[in-house]
Amino acid sequence: MQGIAKSFGAVKACHDISLAVGRGDILGLLGENGAGKTTLMNILFGTYAADAGTITIEGRPVEIRNSADALALGIGMVHQHFHLVPKHTVLENLLVGRPGPNGKLSERTVIGKLDELRRDFHLDLDPRALVSSLSIGEQQRVEIAKALIRGARLLVLDEPTATLTPHEAQGLFRALKAMTARGLGVIFISHKLGEVLELTSRVTIMRHGQVVAERVNDGNLGKAELARLMCGRELSPPQKPFLAPGKELLRLDHVATEAGQINLQDVSLTLRAGEIVGIAGVSGNGQRELADLVGGVLSVHAGQLSVNGTPVPAASARIMQSLRIGRVPEDRLAVGMISSLSLADSMALPWIDRAPFSRRGVIDRGAIRRFAESQIKGFDIRTSGPEARTGTLSGGNLQKALLARELAMDPVLLVAAQPTRGIDIGASEFVHQQLLDLRARGGAVLLISEDLEELFALSDRIAVMYGGRVMADLPIAEASVERVGLLMAGIGEDGKATIPPQAAQIGGDA
Amino acid sequence: MIHLRLERRESTPAWLQIALPILAVLAALILCSFLVSLAGAPVLDAYGELFLSTFQTPYDVQDTLVKASPLLWTGLAVAVAFRAKFWNIGAEGQLMAGAMAAGYIGERTFLPGVTLVPLMIIGAALAGAAWAVIPALLKVKLKVDDVVTTLLFNSIMLYGVMALLEGPWKDPKTGYPNSPVIETAAQFPILAGDTLHLGVPISLVAAIFVWWLMDRTTTGFSIKAVGANPRAAAYAGFSVNRVLVTAALVSGALAGLAGAGEVGGVRYQVTSDLSSGYGYAGIVIATLADLNPLGVIPAALFFAMIMNGADAMSRDTGVPVYLANVIQGVALLTMVAGRLFTIYRLRIIRQVAHG
Repeated sequence: MQGIAKSFGAVKACHDISLAVGRGDILGLLGENGAGKTTLMNILFGTYAADAGTITIEGRPVEIRNSADALALGIGMVHQHFHLVPKHTVLENLLVGRPGPNGKLSERTVIGKLDELRRDFHLDLDPRALVSSLSIGEQQRVEIAKALIRGARLLVLDEPTATLTPHEAQGLFRALKAMTARGLGVIFISHKLGEVLELTSRVTIMRHGQVVAERVNDGNLGKAELARLMCGRELSPPQKPFLAPGKELLRLDHVATEAGQINLQDVSLTLRAGEIVGIAGVSGNGQRELADLVGGVLSVHAGQLSVNGTPVPAASARIMQSLRIGRVPEDRLAVGMISSLSLADSMALPWIDRAPFSRRGVIDRGAIRRFAESQIKGFDIRTSGPEARTGTLSGGNLQKALLARELAMDPVLLVAAQPTRGIDIGASEFVHQQLLDLRARGGAVLLISEDLEELFALSDRIAVMYGGRVMADLPIAEASVERVGLLMAGIGEDGKATIPPQAAQIGGDA
Repeated sequence: MIHLRLERRESTPAWLQIALPILAVLAALILCSFLVSLAGAPVLDAYGELFLSTFQTPYDVQDTLVKASPLLWTGLAVAVAFRAKFWNIGAEGQLMAGAMAAGYIGERTFLPGVTLVPLMIIGAALAGAAWAVIPALLKVKLKVDDVVTTLLFNSIMLYGVMALLEGPWKDPKTGYPNSPVIETAAQFPILAGDTLHLGVPISLVAAIFVWWLMDRTTTGFSIKAVGANPRAAAYAGFSVNRVLVTAALVSGALAGLAGAGEVGGVRYQVTSDLSSGYGYAGIVIATLADLNPLGVIPAALFFAMIMNGADAMSRDTGVPVYLANVIQGVALLTMVAGRLFTIYRLRIIRQVAHG
């Protein structure tokens, strides 16, 4: 791609971008949110038309007007969210859709191709399995197989490891390396610097719609340098001083739940003052339900939940708020805030019944605006002002606003679910510092994350969830990525795999 | 090659929010001009009658205001309900419920005369609220679709009223299928001219009150939050079900008050043709007002104008009065279609033809 430019209105999403991928190359494409990575890839895949620039494939300038053109030219894309039919088999999913340059696909060719993929790239897939019964990693393999069977010679993967266990990610890397060994090109988009360093041969870093650096990954490249290039400034790693845990703030005793997508079973967990407890697990193994339980929106079916040593038999959002439990939900815009309301209203949403926001049911608009203004300033939220529609904020600013809202009420315990997912490094650093500050003030944080780097950097203890259960609760000194990774896959400390009765359901929800 | 593409707006400019309903109405008039010419009348003459005839004498203005009052009530009723995403299509039935309560109280001779008017107003509000809360409870408890129930409740109410008026509630003096005429003390005082009754200024004050309720109270805040995103509202601690029921109660009460105004201020008795589609017009009015209670005022006045003007137009140009209904319907469509542009902007993209 040469000199690619694309603007949306006055916003220049891509400005004079050039990048090249050769056969056998794995190009890492790094950049903060809004750096233009996705726009660039959408241009490559024909979703958007570039305002300027040329695309050359195998020496030939080409015109890519839609995804059919892209497929015909051998460009395959694996999106972050899969485009599969869950109720159909792997084979059926591979047969649907546009044929590639090889023409219409027959069942026999697809099965033959699957054998080739298994042999060449370790992409093991059972063609008769229902997609809904597959793990996320396996579903991703179906997407990759779909692209390869259609003759893709350049594979674009957008944040492919975001929802994989470390073990599954290693499997993916092995397959990608086998592909490049056979002359395929790969563009690997990721936030995770460690992975990019491990996997790629070259790295292109984008910022504000421009390529700011290109580096050959020759072993001298470091995370610190990549991070600096991505956000244009030095970042300091979070400092976590030693703190002796204080009194017990939250206790779960053999708690089970019944609503929610997956049932929590026999969950016991304790949070003390000055502690950050990390919850690791592959998405959909009960982390969301745990957050909802402590947040008061999911009720205890069996067992006991206590806050500050007092049992809370019938929790509700309001009760948990009054017990000073702050809640940062995973889904910032669908659950945390309301996109069509103003930012000020979204920030006052849970506190509207309290003074100074309202008295005897009558709202003080000035108080709401002043609160929003002071938090916008204090948390450096980039927005046009308190009256901006909440939905127009970027992910990082939304997260800051959500934190600003919850921390304003001086919580003793904060439930933070995926607090840095999809937000850029600068904002992540800020969020991490806020969590550590709360810990230093004698508060506690229940940190639910799929980012192991984050969990290991911040947590005092790491609990691993699988199938609605807590597999283990490890002090950070005893936790290693390998150990946590096995637990995340449901392989217990005794080496035996736990097959939860809800395993099929987890696949179906994904 | 020229492409048209919709792009999401970051915010809706204020001028567009005001211009949109006006443009929507103009578009509706242009579309309907085809029907006018089909009826064999000059378009401008017909539209001139439609609008200007309602301004010609103080009597016309007064009539328009009286006509606007029930539309204001039902428009407000729908605006509140739709904000909560409680799809209340039943303002028509709730209006009749309010009218029945007002008519019943208005003919109670044992009540002191001075208490009749306030009691009629309170009774109508309660009756409207009660008729609206049943579909709301069905939605909340049993997940029964509110569009269907509120709509069907209109028929239950209308035919129920007709059965009563043909039977036990028939006016014994005249024998017509109308309820007995209410006490003189129950008739709303006429404030100006010969038809401008007490209900008209009350409905105007109500519009301001509803704006205050929606914008400046925690009740209104919760209604807006639940309507915009029930999951987020529940997460923040609001009881979604309670808020929906509250919105239904407020909405039904407002629609019921339209009935009180018609019985106490216009007809002095309950008739089955009491509401000439005010409840349904309320949906269009609220939509034209973009569910803003203050916007309901001009929208209701506009509707009252074309409803009254349609008679004059029909008299003078021969265009059927039903044109007013057609304009209402088309204006709803143009407004809903036009609202797309508050969220998106249309961009014209010129591309060099690919060789």
